[in-house]
Amino acid sequence: MYRESQIIRNNTPDNYMVINVGPQHPSTHGVLHFVITLNGETVVKLEPHLGYIHRSIEKMCESLNYRQFVYVTSRMDYLSSHINNHACALCVEQGLQVEIPERAQVIRVLMDELTRLASHLLWWGSMAMDIGALTPFFHAFREREMITEIFEETCGARLTMNYICPGGVMADLHPDFQAKVKAFLKQLKEKLPEYHELVTGNIIFQNRTKGIGILSKKDAISFGVSGPTARASGVSCDVRKRYPYELYDKLEFKEVLEDGGDCWARYLVRMEEINQSVAIVEQLIDHIPEGDIQAKTKAVLKLPKGEFYSRVETARGDLGVYIVSEGGTTPYRIKFRSPGFSNLSAMETMCKGGKIGDFVAVMGSVDLVIPDIDR
Amino acid sequence: MKFSLEYITKSVDGWLNATFNPTIAFLIESVIVMVLVIALFAFLGLVLVIMERKVAAFMQIRLGPNRVGPKGMFQTVADTLKLIVKEGFTPNNVDKFLFNLAPFIVMITAMVAMAPLPFANGFQIWDVNIGILFITAITSVSVIGILMAGWSSNNKYSLLGAMRSGAQIVSYELSAGLSILVIVMLSSSLRISDIVAAQADGWWIFKGHIPVLISFVIFIIAATAETNRAPFDMAEAESELTLFFLAEYANIFIVCAVGATLFLGGWMPLHFGTGTAFNTVMDYIPGIVWFFGKTFLLIFIIMWFRWTFPRLRIDQLLNLEWKYLLPICLVNLLLATIIAIAGWHF
Repeated sequence: MYRESQIIRNNTPDNYMVINVGPQHPSTHGVLHFVITLNGETVVKLEPHLGYIHRSIEKMCESLNYRQFVYVTSRMDYLSSHINNHACALCVEQGLQVEIPERAQVIRVLMDELTRLASHLLWWGSMAMDIGALTPFFHAFREREMITEIFEETCGARLTMNYICPGGVMADLHPDFQAKVKAFLKQLKEKLPEYHELVTGNIIFQNRTKGIGILSKKDAISFGVSGPTARASGVSCDVRKRYPYELYDKLEFKEVLEDGGDCWARYLVRMEEINQSVAIVEQLIDHIPEGDIQAKTKAVLKLPKGEFYSRVETARGDLGVYIVSEGGTTPYRIKFRSPGFSNLSAMETMCKGGKIGDFVAVMGSVDLVIPDIDR
Repeated sequence: MKFSLEYITKSVDGWLNATFNPTIAFLIESVIVMVLVIALFAFLGLVLVIMERKVAAFMQIRLGPNRVGPKGMFQTVADTLKLIVKEGFTPNNVDKFLFNLAPFIVMITAMVAMAPLPFANGFQIWDVNIGILFITAITSVSVIGILMAGWSSNNKYSLLGAMRSGAQIVSYELSAGLSILVIVMLSSSLRISDIVAAQADGWWIFKGHIPVLISFVIFIIAATAETNRAPFDMAEAESELTLFFLAEYANIFIVCAVGATLFLGGWMPLHFGTGTAFNTVMDYIPGIVWFFGKTFLLIFIIMWFRWTFPRLRIDQLLNLEWKYLLPICLVNLLLATIIAIAGWHF
């Protein structure tokens, strides 16, 4: 039987102490298990142990047809369900060679950005909570609730939404959508200075994050880190800019880059990304064209024999969907390149040599979603 | 006639001494004082817990407890009743004697430290001539209780928590002591009634120039750290020891009461200048209201810290004390000495 404690005991020098963080631990945001070797309070080694929430989504997708498998992917990175569905839809559409109506494209981008906002808001609250401030979580949820309501009205779900499907989106927007989104944007812009006052400007918060968990640009590239975590190390990797999909090449927004590579830089990147997402939503919300919400597709989708790959930018980074098709109605093999997995692999580099207390701050700043790592 | 609790205490004391012989009168007075202190602590436990929860709810845009009694005011009573009827639990492999003794030490030190505190004019248990020294000495004993709890629990995490907590309390006691010294020097007395009397024409925080302001800020930081509250809540040892949560609130009350007495004039009303109509109006508010008002203001500030600040790391916490607060305190003490000798304060 696999006994971690035995292996660790046999391989650890006497002056080191091994502690388990997780799988049930508040700071890991889910069932992730870290085995941390400590020398005093300094982290010597950090091993992530995965598998506690493995649901074999990739294998499951092989027996689901091209319309069905999309819905399973909402359960991967549950904070960016729309974006996961979007990636799958893009991959299938690439195989089908269909053009998506403009209205559907706009709706998809709007949903993506709202999802990103919701995810970043939740991250902001939980990062502050990791560092010990309990209150910001409630403030973040006040704004996030408005997005969740918008989603609920439009697609019926509050968390694992299934709305974007191959060919377009499943249903038309709720009539209140525009008004609600505008109300949300107004509220968020009003409250963002409060966020900065409460957390960003706090000297304790800055002390806990500045110079902590540094990830160099070189390391970030070699670990395949993506998303805000990589951009905080100065790696330009925003898929929306570099490999634009849907409407992103026509929209005006900045790729946020910082070069500190520490928790503080990661914090600043995400906070600025909130502003950028707000800008994108503002550009689109008044210009939703009329028209179809779905391209005309067959009831049963069949992809031609071949390999298809699509990538999108989720709230956590670069999500890739790789489909191998044998020409049938179900994928022969499917593989998701999840941003969380690569970001997790850089955790040891970030935490090594730091204090055990900093591990929690790094964990918060990397913003891992465990079901995304363990599919 | 202005309302004063002094009349009550004086008449009770006079009646007892006239009726019984002095020894019995003293014993009866001791019993009355003990009952009152224990009652006060029980009451404070109830009030401060509901206050903490309401303040937290206010900061976090929630409602907080609102089911039991009007606006949830009896929530803590219900919680306490629930705790009382629960089974007393002592884990295996603990040193039973020390484990059960530890909370009492923490609690009793908080109660004893209350002795020299003046709640109102003449309403004071023991006006000892080294009052403030007595309080600092007694409160530092509570560290022993915490270490004892950590040690006796026979659990490495509790012990680590207790050690951290001990290191923190011992360190921050220095700053607290040095900031108290500033006031002692300005009032040139350790007796608490003298310190309060010295603030009759204005509280030290207004009269004492910058050194008192600095020492007030340092005192509040040290008080937060000494009571192990956020942003200094490193120690988690108390979470498994039942009486400690009550002791936490008792300690908060003590440090805030000391702060209010030293810097904000204790039971002294707010005065501007001398002989103005404003002062006369203020005089009509009883001293006990002033005392509890100021104390609860400081308690609110400490709660405010907890619900808005992130937590410091343990090494940052100790650095803050030894590298910043302590040197500042020493320089500040020097400044205050100069001011006190030259008589530059108002």
